[in-house]
Amino acid sequence: MSGPGKAVDLLVIGAGIHGCSAALHAAIRGMSVTVIEKDTAGRHASGVNAGGVRRLGRHLDEVPLSQHSMGIWNRITDLVDDDCGFQRAPQIKVAETEEELDQHRERVATLNARGFTHEVILDRAALRHHLPAVADHCVGGLASLEDGFAQPYQTTFAFQRKARALGVTFLENTRVDRVYREGVDWKARIGDGSVITGRTLLNCAGAWAGELARQLGESAPVEAIAPMMLVTNRLPHFCDAVVGATGRPLSFKQMPNGTVVIGGGRRGLADPDTNGTEMLFSELRLTAATAIDLFPIMRDAKIVRSWSGIEGRMPDDIPIIGPSQVAENAFHAFGFSAHGFQMGPGVGDIMAELIATGYTQAPIAPFAISRFSQGAL
Amino acid sequence: MSGFPNTSPNPTHDLAIIGAGPAGMAAAIEARKAGLSVVVLDEQDAPGGQIYRAIEATGGKRRVLLGPEYAAGAPLAEAFRGCGATYLPKATVWNVDRDLGLDYSREGASFRVSGRALIIASGAIERPTPLPGWTLPGVTTAGALQILLKAHGIVPEGAVLVGCGPLLYLIAVQMLDAGFPPKALVETSDPGALKRVLPHLPGALRAWPYLAKGLKMIRRLKAAGVPLYKGASDARIEGTTAAEAVVFSKNGVTHRLPTDVVALHQGVVPNQQVTRLLRCDHVWNASQHCFTPVLDAHLETSVDNVFVAGDGAGIGGAVTAALRGRVAALRVAEKLGTASAEAPSAQVSSAQVSSGQVSSGQVWASLLADLAKDAAIRPFLEALYAPSAQVRSPADETLVCRCEEITAGQVRAAVALGAPGPNQVKSFLRAGMGPCQGRMCGLAVSGIIAEARGEAPDVVDYYRIRPPLKPLALAELATLDPEPSREAPL
Repeated sequence: MSGPGKAVDLLVIGAGIHGCSAALHAAIRGMSVTVIEKDTAGRHASGVNAGGVRRLGRHLDEVPLSQHSMGIWNRITDLVDDDCGFQRAPQIKVAETEEELDQHRERVATLNARGFTHEVILDRAALRHHLPAVADHCVGGLASLEDGFAQPYQTTFAFQRKARALGVTFLENTRVDRVYREGVDWKARIGDGSVITGRTLLNCAGAWAGELARQLGESAPVEAIAPMMLVTNRLPHFCDAVVGATGRPLSFKQMPNGTVVIGGGRRGLADPDTNGTEMLFSELRLTAATAIDLFPIMRDAKIVRSWSGIEGRMPDDIPIIGPSQVAENAFHAFGFSAHGFQMGPGVGDIMAELIATGYTQAPIAPFAISRFSQGAL
Repeated sequence: MSGFPNTSPNPTHDLAIIGAGPAGMAAAIEARKAGLSVVVLDEQDAPGGQIYRAIEATGGKRRVLLGPEYAAGAPLAEAFRGCGATYLPKATVWNVDRDLGLDYSREGASFRVSGRALIIASGAIERPTPLPGWTLPGVTTAGALQILLKAHGIVPEGAVLVGCGPLLYLIAVQMLDAGFPPKALVETSDPGALKRVLPHLPGALRAWPYLAKGLKMIRRLKAAGVPLYKGASDARIEGTTAAEAVVFSKNGVTHRLPTDVVALHQGVVPNQQVTRLLRCDHVWNASQHCFTPVLDAHLETSVDNVFVAGDGAGIGGAVTAALRGRVAALRVAEKLGTASAEAPSAQVSSAQVSSGQVSSGQVWASLLADLAKDAAIRPFLEALYAPSAQVRSPADETLVCRCEEITAGQVRAAVALGAPGPNQVKSFLRAGMGPCQGRMCGLAVSGIIAEARGEAPDVVDYYRIRPPLKPLALAELATLDPEPSREAPL
């Protein structure tokens, strides 16, 4: 750990998947890094999401970043010395009507025109080949057959451990009260009044990132949300794919141990000041109904757990990635809007490149924070 | 403390009570006297809780066999039945919101009630006893044997009782009286216990009836020829597909007692699922070796209008539970403005209180004095019957999480990797993620992590508890009516 006043190359705020990944990739590039985390690594959305490693159905601007990240997922053990529970599996969005299937056909055409071929149409028979237990009324689907899923906490913890092994300092249970510039350095004043110094600053504070951006002098309307998930008892093996619906929120997968994780967009209450979340069963009943509609076998399942983690959402549901528009040597990667887990390995690599070299080839312009400056929207 | 509202816009009742044991029943009776509308939800099909289980149905011989302390539950249950509270038996509460709305399941369908205040009277659970072989068929708990006896009059033959605590002796005597004495009683309290208890003896003498009862039980077992092994250590259950024998050391000698029924017991601990769900503050009680909710003098938790009465507030037994129920209900009535708030003043006798000749301040003082008197035995019992070190810090190869089959050694390895607390260990190993929601492994996992990190258990803390508190059918959730019903279905 650096002594008082001695500057590290990079100060990361937030030890979620994005903070840990950026720290690891920066350390690989030879930078000295300190990560400050107000709770513990992976305490919020990074450690308690549904674990989908999904390229399917992404915002068109996210597709190149998601593809880059997938390359890292495919060799994740080489990177972090832990398999992160990553398993290849098809990701499938089930179409319940012909209209929904037509939307998917248009999507595939758009992607193909941009040179992306990872998403394909499943007809009625192909859908049943991948999902034998799907309900009769489902007509087909959209699939990305070489996606997968992983264990979120195991993954974030593995990135943290590998980063630590390469010399990264983690200050956990340490809240940053204020960030400010002094000369050419960034200073972070922490809870006990002491100050951590870095030459560059990276804001990976998720739902709490808006306040940091404000201290840099720019606006980022990040909203704290609490996506909810349910887990059932162990059921006989019936599903290999990670499944979503098209016209209603759902994320559905059967884990190797037989339990089924059901989530997908319905939100509870988030209280970022106390780290609290509250499940809203009046909402979750709709999730339960959707799961039973798509997979009648679920009628006999029992819910044994539910959970939620606080996540940062942007008004346009895509993240902020890139340099600060107003402060020198400050960067942002937050607001992944409940679909950032898969992008963690890749965006961390891109941020480390950008911070170390001042340049990246990755197409991050659509994610600039300037889109929220006054008059930009 | 939280951004969530703490009051329901249209509560169905002034007071909701979870649990119809001595604390819940006494609280309901007291709250009804103060004019509150009260709803009581309980999992069993009749009032009584664990201590007075099946009290209304248990007559004649069986009630005599179970003793006068059990019979004391009958008038309480009768008063509860007549008190005018809405009583919902067979109701499993599976969620409590911060606004004190309760989702509960009853005969396959879920409903919702809400209160302006909540008294959690969900009592105690037996301390889980992670020993080698504790998951084998044929291994049960002393509490489970007692349920069989109270509810069905069934007693297994040739059982070996292993562990410590007053309940172990009580069940042994009850089995003796029923004609099926245990094959042996193996007590695992450590040999230093006697030295530890001596400072507490003067306090215990103030609760002489309890002490005398304990000594009498031990004499009766000895007279009946039930072998008592005191100071046993390294207990384990042997067997391939089911329990075949209990093995333990005593004074350096290994004993092996063949049996196919083993009942384990290491005392009881507060059931903290609901208080954890509501994120009430908890503190480690070093004397009881468990977490207890942080409560003020009137049993209110750190969450406004949420109270805990009974053994959930810390183990105190049935008499204390009923007293606590009354204290909590009186305080709810004060807060809701249906009783006059008055600070405790002079001490008064119970006789004066029951004659109605005293002020509410005197009622308070009397209740608090009765509570102090009944609690006098506790430090003695807690020192004498501390759970064995073997259970508090199980050996590496011992399973601690039965649902996900995680050993103590795996938990220690996760700590060595850097996992700072139970929630990280849970996320990393799946310990505590099974259907029991961590009830069986929570204390052991917190204890193992605390020991490995050299920290106090309340520093490493406990699992975050999420709904459903009990497994809930997905189809039942899918048909949930989101509107609270004023008239709870009966």
